[in-house]
Amino acid sequence: MAVLLVAELNGSSLATDLTAKTICAARQLGSVTALCASEGCEEAAEEAGRLDGVDKVLVASDGRYGHQLAEPTAELIVALSSEFEHIVGPASTSAQNILPRVAALLDVMMISDITAVIDDNTFERPIYAGNAIQTVQSIDHHKVITVRTASYDAVGEGTPAPVVAIEPVADPGSSSWVEDRVAASDRPELTSARAVVSGGRGVGSHDDFELIEKLADKLGAAVGASRAAVDSGFAPNDWQVGQTGKVVAPDLYVAIGISGAIQHLAGMKDSKIIVAINKDGEAPIFQVADYGLVADLFTAVPELIDKLD
Amino acid sequence: MKVLVPVKRVIDYNVKVRVRTDGSGVDLANVKMSMNPFDEIAVEEALRLRESGIASEIIAVSVGVRKAQLVLRTALAMGADRAIHIVTGDDPHVDVEPLAVAKILHRIVQQEQPGLVLMGKQAIDNDLNATGQMLAGLMACGQATFASELRVDDGQATATREVDGGLQVVQLTLPCVVTVDLRMNEPRYPSLPNIRKARRKPFAVHGPEDLGVDISPRLNILHTVEPPARKAGEILSTVDDLVAKLRDEAEVI
Repeated sequence: MAVLLVAELNGSSLATDLTAKTICAARQLGSVTALCASEGCEEAAEEAGRLDGVDKVLVASDGRYGHQLAEPTAELIVALSSEFEHIVGPASTSAQNILPRVAALLDVMMISDITAVIDDNTFERPIYAGNAIQTVQSIDHHKVITVRTASYDAVGEGTPAPVVAIEPVADPGSSSWVEDRVAASDRPELTSARAVVSGGRGVGSHDDFELIEKLADKLGAAVGASRAAVDSGFAPNDWQVGQTGKVVAPDLYVAIGISGAIQHLAGMKDSKIIVAINKDGEAPIFQVADYGLVADLFTAVPELIDKLD
Repeated sequence: MKVLVPVKRVIDYNVKVRVRTDGSGVDLANVKMSMNPFDEIAVEEALRLRESGIASEIIAVSVGVRKAQLVLRTALAMGADRAIHIVTGDDPHVDVEPLAVAKILHRIVQQEQPGLVLMGKQAIDNDLNATGQMLAGLMACGQATFASELRVDDGQATATREVDGGLQVVQLTLPCVVTVDLRMNEPRYPSLPNIRKARRKPFAVHGPEDLGVDISPRLNILHTVEPPARKAGEILSTVDDLVAKLRDEAEVI
C-alpha cells in the first residue's frame, strides 16, 4: 500500500508541524511518499524528507505551483495517482481546497477531516460540528483524505529520505493568483501552539483585544477568537476557532469573554486544559471548562497578567 | 449571465443534535430543518449580483428529500427567479454524498450554462467541505473556495479567500465555482409579499435518474456515536486560585 502525502507549504517553506502531524496519520496506511509542490521548494523537500515515516519525497518546484492554486496542483496529483492508493493531506484551507477536486477527477468520494484511522478503508470523522463521530468505510479504489491535525502528534526526525524532482504537468489556466494578504506575527501558529488565548464578543472592541494579546504573549500562546469577535471586527479571520474556523487542541486553552456556542466548542473542546473567564456564570463555556472564573475580564485578565510574573 | 445557486436542507443551526443510541445516526425526525447557513449567504450574494446588473437570472437548485422543496421556496422568497429540485426520496437520514451531488449539478450546469455557480463552502451537517471543489473539477473550471468577497466583471471573477494565514485574492475565468464563507454578506429575510410571489415562480422537479446520475454511496456509514463528553470542572473565586491551579494541579504554566 502506498500513500501520497501532500505536504503543507507556506510559499516555498514547509509548514513542518501540520505536515508532521499528517504523517502521523498517513504512516498507519502504508509507505509514505511526500509531495512538495511550490516554487523554489527544494529546501522544504529536504526538510520533509527528514521527517520520520517519510520514505521518499517528490518535489515539483515550478512557478505554477507557487501559490498552491487548486487547479494546477490537482492536475499534478491526479497525474501521480496511479501509484498510490491513498492521497492524504492536512485539513488545512490549502489541502481542503485541492483534494476534493482531486477526488472528483478520480471519481471517488472525499473523506474530510478524519480523527482516527481504523484500517486501510475505515476512518472516524466528526460531523455536526463535532457533536457526533461517524465511522465510514470507503469502497473506492482511491482514498482521498484530509486529516484533523489536532488529533495527532507530530512525528520527529528520522533517516533522510531520497528527494526526486518531478516535471510539472500542464496548467489548465482557469485561475491566477493576484495577492496574499498575510499578517506577519512572531507568535506561535494557532493550530500548533502549546497554549491558545482566545477572546470573544465580551472583549467589546478591537482596541480592547490587545488585552487578550498581552495575556497570550505572557503565556507564549497563540491568539484565537470566536466567530462573534471576528464578525464584529475585533480580530482577523485567520484567528477564528470553531466549526468553520480552525480546530485546535493545545495543552492550555483560555477562553475570555466567550459564551461557548456549539460552533466554538467544536474548535477547541479537545484541548487538554480549558480555562474560562466570563462574567456570566450561566455561559455554556463553563460546562466544558476545567477551571472557571466568573469575573469581569477587564479586572481579571490584567490581574492574571500581573500574577504570572 | 445566469447564476446557479445550490442549496441544501440541513438541521437548523440552533438545534441541539441528538445521536441515536443504536449508533444509526443523528435523529432528524421532528427536528427543525432550514437552509444551510452558508447557502443563504450564496443566495444573497447572487441577489446582489443581479441588483448590480451583473446577473440576469438566479436559479436555485437542491438535491434532497421531497421536503427540501421548502428551502427552495425560501430561496425563491429571498428573490431567486426559479428553482430546480432533484428529489432523492423521503428519508431525511439518507445524505446524498458530495460526489453524487456534484455530478447532478454538473448535468444541470451543462443544461443551463450559468456563468457562475455560487454555493456554501460546507454543509453544517456532514461538514465535508467538498461539493464546490468537486463540481469545479468535473466542470474543469476555476474555483475560489472560502470566499469573503467577490467581484465579477469582463468575464472574470475576482475572489478574496479566507485562508489559514490570512487572505488570498485569486482571479478566475468564467464560468467558475465560488464557495462562500461566513463574512461575505448578511442574508436578507424574505418579505411577506415576496413569500407570496415565490409561490408563482417556476419550480421544476426531477429525479437523479432523469439526469443519468448514479447516486449510490461510496462510503458505508458503519456507525455514529456521541463524542466523549467533557466534564465541567470547578468554578474558582479568585485569580490567585486560578494561577495556583494552573501551576500546581494542571502544571501547564
